[in-house]
Amino acid sequence: MNFKGKDIISIKDFSKKDINQILSYAKKMLPYAKGEKTTEIMKGKVLSSLFFEPSTRTRLSFESAMNRLSGRIIGFSDPSGTSQKKGESLADTIKMADAYSDLIVIRHPQEGAARLAAEFAESPVLNAGDGAGRHPTQCLLDLFTILIEKNKIENNNIVLVGDLKYGRTVHSLAYALSLFGTDLTFVSPKNLKMPKEVISECKDLGVEPVQTSNLDKTIKKADVLYVTRIQKERFPDAEEYNKVVGSYQINNELLKNAKKKLTIMHPLPRVTEIHPEVDKTNHARYFEQAFNGVPVRMALLSLVSGVKL
Amino acid sequence: MKKPKVPRFKKKELKIPRIKNGTVIDHISEGNAVNVLHILGIPKKSSSVVSVAMNVKSKMGKKDIVKVENRELHPNEVNKIALIAPKATINIISDYSVKKKYRVKIPDEMVGIIKCSNPTCISNSKNEPIESRFKIISRDPPRIKCYYCEREPEDLSERII
Repeated sequence: MNFKGKDIISIKDFSKKDINQILSYAKKMLPYAKGEKTTEIMKGKVLSSLFFEPSTRTRLSFESAMNRLSGRIIGFSDPSGTSQKKGESLADTIKMADAYSDLIVIRHPQEGAARLAAEFAESPVLNAGDGAGRHPTQCLLDLFTILIEKNKIENNNIVLVGDLKYGRTVHSLAYALSLFGTDLTFVSPKNLKMPKEVISECKDLGVEPVQTSNLDKTIKKADVLYVTRIQKERFPDAEEYNKVVGSYQINNELLKNAKKKLTIMHPLPRVTEIHPEVDKTNHARYFEQAFNGVPVRMALLSLVSGVKL
Repeated sequence: MKKPKVPRFKKKELKIPRIKNGTVIDHISEGNAVNVLHILGIPKKSSSVVSVAMNVKSKMGKKDIVKVENRELHPNEVNKIALIAPKATINIISDYSVKKKYRVKIPDEMVGIIKCSNPTCISNSKNEPIESRFKIISRDPPRIKCYYCEREPEDLSERII
């Protein structure tokens, strides 16, 4: 696919071939993302970074990505000082940002905001998360992490565990992994199961996900364990929450049964779902995963701008 | 005593009378006539004479029929009917005969005719200069998804604007 001028709104806008193209280009970006090499391919380009909602990793890694490519950034990380607070429409804010820059990155609390932004902007728009909806660059960096750790995405047994009902990243990840035909297992408390629509999307792509609430049994066969946070507010009372959260915590005791080469991922921030003792094991890859946001976002910024290394 | 002669072919009886001019919406899935009336703005926004037949037996099971006198439907109304009754046919009647007959068809994209069921979808923001927009997933049964938030509304008849 020729990505020049394309918007990055939803992972579903892309085929497996497109995704592979992005990931292999992101691999080339690795030495530049680490600062081992330098490039000026985005010199003279300006990125609007519009964060209508707080974000740590996504905003910093987008900004790092643009800086590593020698581009410049304008924008805000908190909408309180902007005209939005005065009642300006998102469409008007986007038209303005479009006039000031060559690319737009947007995070917004409402679903569909990035699609709207793409409609009103001439420049490419990259979705950095819209409400409970899509977060395609997170999905791509998750895939990239699996690719780097396992050398391939296919033929892995991938276990998604935690809040699969409300977790934003797991829905698009389940879809994208199904494009690659991986074996999928969904482990969650009964009230936080993967939504039916997501299961049927996986099935449409030829993958039959296994659903269970038993993590102990599942972990033995897992190649990748993708952990998400279980939020307290999803439970009617604290006691119920404490019971569930305890049984889904990843710790060294649980990992005794795991494969030696098991990779543990987490979109972060984590709270108690992964014990800090796991950080020191060879399984932990969540900080590398967070770093991988930089090469993946560098690849995307470069591809949609039509400039190449 | 001789039994009375029963004719071999009984002429088909009409449940509701023929109309001289107007539109007959036939093959509406059973129970959906009320939703069709709602789409046509009957009785609040229309003064047309309307006849309704519900649960009428047909070759393909039960169906509803709506006859609207002296009125042709707007394409947007036909698109809305297609969403709740994908097998419906539209018959345009002129001087008691069918001038034109066609089956409803859900268009690939629908703009401004369905409200997104997701309250936090950007298309539900009054502040934005956009109309709701839906893409088709399947025609029969009708399944659509919001162009903006990608959510699929469940009860379509309740979402029609």
